[in-house]
Formats: sequence, structure tokens, C-alpha cells
Amino acid sequence: MRNAWVIAKRDLGSFFNSPIFYVVTTVFLVIYSFIFFQILNFFSFQSLQAGQAQAMGMSLNLNEMVIEPSLQNMSVILLLIIPIITMRSFADEKKMKTFRLLLSSPIHLKEIILGKFLACMGVVTLMILISSYSVGFLFLLGEPEVGPIVTGYLGVILMAGCFVSAGIFASSLTDNQIIASVLTFGFSLFMWIIGWGAQAAGPVTGQILQYLSIVDHLDHFLKGLVETSDLVYYLSFMLFSLFLCHRVLDSNRWR
Amino acid sequence: MIEVENLTKHYGPRRAINNLSFQIAQGEVVGFLGPNGAGKSTTLNILSCILPASSGTARIMGHDTFEHSLEIRKKIGYLPETPPLYQDMNVRDYLKFAAQVRGVSGKQITSAVERVIGKCSLADVSHRIIGRLSKGYQQRVGLAQAMVHDPDILILDEPTVGLDPIQIIEIRKLIQELAASHTIILSSHILPEITQICQRVIIINEGEIAAVDSLEGLTASLRKSERLSLTLRNSGDQVEEKLKSLQQVLSVLPEENNRFLLECELNSNLQDEIARLALDNKWGLVEIKPLSMTLEDIFLKLTIEEKDVTV
Repeated sequence: MRNAWVIAKRDLGSFFNSPIFYVVTTVFLVIYSFIFFQILNFFSFQSLQAGQAQAMGMSLNLNEMVIEPSLQNMSVILLLIIPIITMRSFADEKKMKTFRLLLSSPIHLKEIILGKFLACMGVVTLMILISSYSVGFLFLLGEPEVGPIVTGYLGVILMAGCFVSAGIFASSLTDNQIIASVLTFGFSLFMWIIGWGAQAAGPVTGQILQYLSIVDHLDHFLKGLVETSDLVYYLSFMLFSLFLCHRVLDSNRWR
Repeated sequence: MIEVENLTKHYGPRRAINNLSFQIAQGEVVGFLGPNGAGKSTTLNILSCILPASSGTARIMGHDTFEHSLEIRKKIGYLPETPPLYQDMNVRDYLKFAAQVRGVSGKQITSAVERVIGKCSLADVSHRIIGRLSKGYQQRVGLAQAMVHDPDILILDEPTVGLDPIQIIEIRKLIQELAASHTIILSSHILPEITQICQRVIIINEGEIAAVDSLEGLTASLRKSERLSLTLRNSGDQVEEKLKSLQQVLSVLPEENNRFLLECELNSNLQDEIARLALDNKWGLVEIKPLSMTLEDIFLKLTIEEKDVTV
């Protein structure tokens, strides 16, 4: 565990030393902020109308009408941006031949993978936390409910964890960062839209596809619900991806 | 200290090394010599626990490199042919990281880093970014990384490849200093390097061991004959036969421009007799010169023309 932290720390240092982190974070914040203020603008327009027609006032809610769609949009931006963050993890180590330092050191492969995962998660979580200034802004304007905000952010971070673990796995497959990022994006997007097949499929298959869909599980969190099945889904998604990554790196040695 | 038995490694259908067996004692400096693609790096990779062998065993200090690899990894320092350097880190941070992953305990990290910075003369560049250092300094950082945890065994894969002559001399000096306190295995395809640094040579070719011996032993075992080169101004038909008629001459090989290669028995000192023969027959003696066998010859002989010993 100490070794995983050593590796995570080095990777984090490398993130903060390289322009990639700053560019990606800036792009993320600009796009997110634009979307957030569009939603907020639409909300204030609606509440203005509601003020004129008293009956509509009941359904206006900052949590449902601003935070929930903002976080939904944020998860789309994360889908686009996380592959860029994870692509270096193993691909770069392999390309620059630095992986041999780790492989010839007395540390377990598990610790290396965990370290890489923690580093990327650290970066992504930091980005998400910076973006939460927007929620602080809402507390100045109104009184949003705290519960759903916390669970919403938890859900987004868990979902980001899935993208990150998929990205780490993709990065272990190749020494080419572009291939790693395209694979991550493709796989994450596929897991996102897999639920769309549910309507066409039979009842049982449909339910399975629905359960596999990465985005369906987020909805509960955004509504303020923390359900075991969603937690199990996200955690097992991450564990399984990291397990595959372990298998790939281990089997590389045998070839 | 290191025992290798029947080590074989396949990459898919390609066999990189085949049935290697050798032993290395504590404190020895052993050179792996062989042409590119001979299997040197593969062998070193197996010894440093990065690759498992397809069959056979490699044991270091009694531990199997595959079964107990974590134990061994603490005791070896490995410098791959491309030094594993994070280009964006500065030298000190990098060595600190190397010390941490190589298992140096928390309190000793700083002193370990300072020690290798001193040993590898890196003090002047310790705050510079590795990617901006010259190849020679990068190689030294690579060496520093391999010895930061003060390992018993150093495994160096072509430590001087791609360096300029001055840098090569510096690295060699450094390795010679390290030899006093470490067991060192290094690979190279450059002969003088091996002759200068190593006590023992393992010559490896196409994945198999062609010879294991000390340098003196190798030279002696291959010198079953002496060679002379003879150059004449005039030449007749009978030169070859007359030379062959001398006792102790094993073979005569005519070459271009009236030059002959004579192979004679050891310590036969035939120069006088050949000179007399040349005078008597008015061949017009130009030169008689003994040809010594360099390690270069040994290398070529063993790796390329092993079967055909009478060059």
C-alpha cells in the first residue's frame, strides 16, 4: 500500500509538471461553467415566469432543475476528458522504457496498478471539486438541499472512477497513448449507450443491458438515492477493469 | 551466488536463449559478450526478475528468480539497455523515487540518494531535469538508480552503449570502482570493454553459451598454434612446398601480393629458418611478422567460425 502511494505521488507530480493537466482542467471548467450558467439562466427565466403564474411555483427546485442537469452534463464532459488523463499511465511507461524500473523493484504489480489508478483518480477528483464552486454559487442565491448534492457528486466521482479504471486498462494494452485514449473513449461510450439496446431486446436481456449501462446508475445518485446495487455496479466495474489490467501486464511477461 | 541451469526462453516461436547454464561467485565481475540479438538482454531480464524463463531455473542467493522474485529484487540493481529515466523529473527527485520503489526505508532515503549522487558524480546536475541532460549523465543517473538501494548484485545491460569515448571511460572507471564491493554482471558487444572490466567472460551466441572462461584461459585455450605472416618480393611455385617442408609448420595459406599465412606449432620460433630459406631461394624477403590472437579473433572464432578453427 505504501508502494502504491509512492507511485501515485510520482504520477501526480508528473501531472502537475506537465501542461496536459492544466489544459485539460481549463477546458473542462470552461465547458462545464458555460453549461452550468446556461442552465441557471434558463432556471431564472422559468422562475420569473412562475412568479407571474403562482401555480407553477411549487415545481421549481434548484436541486432538480439546476444541479441535476449540470452534473449530468458534467459526466458527459468527463467521458470526453478522462481518456486524455489516463492514456499515459502505462503506455508512457512502456514507451519510455521506465516500466522496467518498476518491474525490477520489489513491489507487486497490484501496487503499481493501484498507484496509477489513485493518481488519475486524484486528478479527476480535483477537477470535479474545483467545478463545485458552481454549487457554492447556488447557496448564495437560494437554499438547495445538501443531501442530493453530496450523493450527486459521489455518483459522478464513482462514475469517473469507472472511466479511469477502463482507461488504465486500455493503457496497459498498448504503448501508444492515442490508441489508449481512443480505446478508453470507445469503451466508456459503449458502456454508456449499452442501455439503449434494452428496448429492442427481450425482457431479461433488456434488464441486463439496462443494469450494465453506466449512466443509468448515476440517476439514482443525482436524485439523492444511494442504492447498494449502484454501488456494487460501480465498484465491481472498477475492480474488474483493474483486474483485467493486472492480467494483461502479467501476461505480457510471459510472451 | 548466481546459479543458472538449463535456462531457455521462447518469444512465441522464436527461441531467444537455449539451455544456458553458468555460475557466478560472489564478488566476481562477469561479462556477457555476444553479437546483437544473441540473447544477452533476455538472460539479464530473467536474472532481474522481469521475465520468467520458459524452462530451466535461475537462482540468486539461493532464491529462484521466479518463485521468490520479491526477495531477489531487493538485492539486485538493474540497469536496462535504455536507462529507465522519467524525462520530466529532476535527478534528485528521480533517485528519491527509485530509492522508495526499490525498498529503501524512509529514514535512509536521503542518505542513500546523497551516496549515489556522490558516487556517480551527479552533484552538479542533481537539480536538473533528466530529459535535458547529456547521454553520459543520463547513463550515470541510470547507474545511480541501479545502486541506490545498495544491492549485492548489479546487472548492467550495455552500460556504455551510445556514449562518446570520454563518457565511456568515465562509466568504465565507475564500474571498476563498484567492482570492489559488488558482484557485477554486465553485457556488451564491445570487446575492449570486457577485457578492461571483467574477470570472466561468458560468450553467448544465438542463445547458446559459446565459452565461459577467464580472459587468460580463453586466450590460452584457443592458442593451439602460432601464426606468422610472411611477405616476399618474388615468388616461385615452390614457396609453399618449401615452407611446408619445414618441421613445425602446420599449414601454409597463400594470400594476395605474395603474402603467406603460416600456422606453426607453439613456441617454434621459426623466423630464423624461414629467413634462411628465403635468402637461399632468393625470394626477396620483405617481412616476417608474428600474428597474435586478439580477443577480437577469439570472439569471431567462437561466435562465427567455431567449427572452422584453422583460419
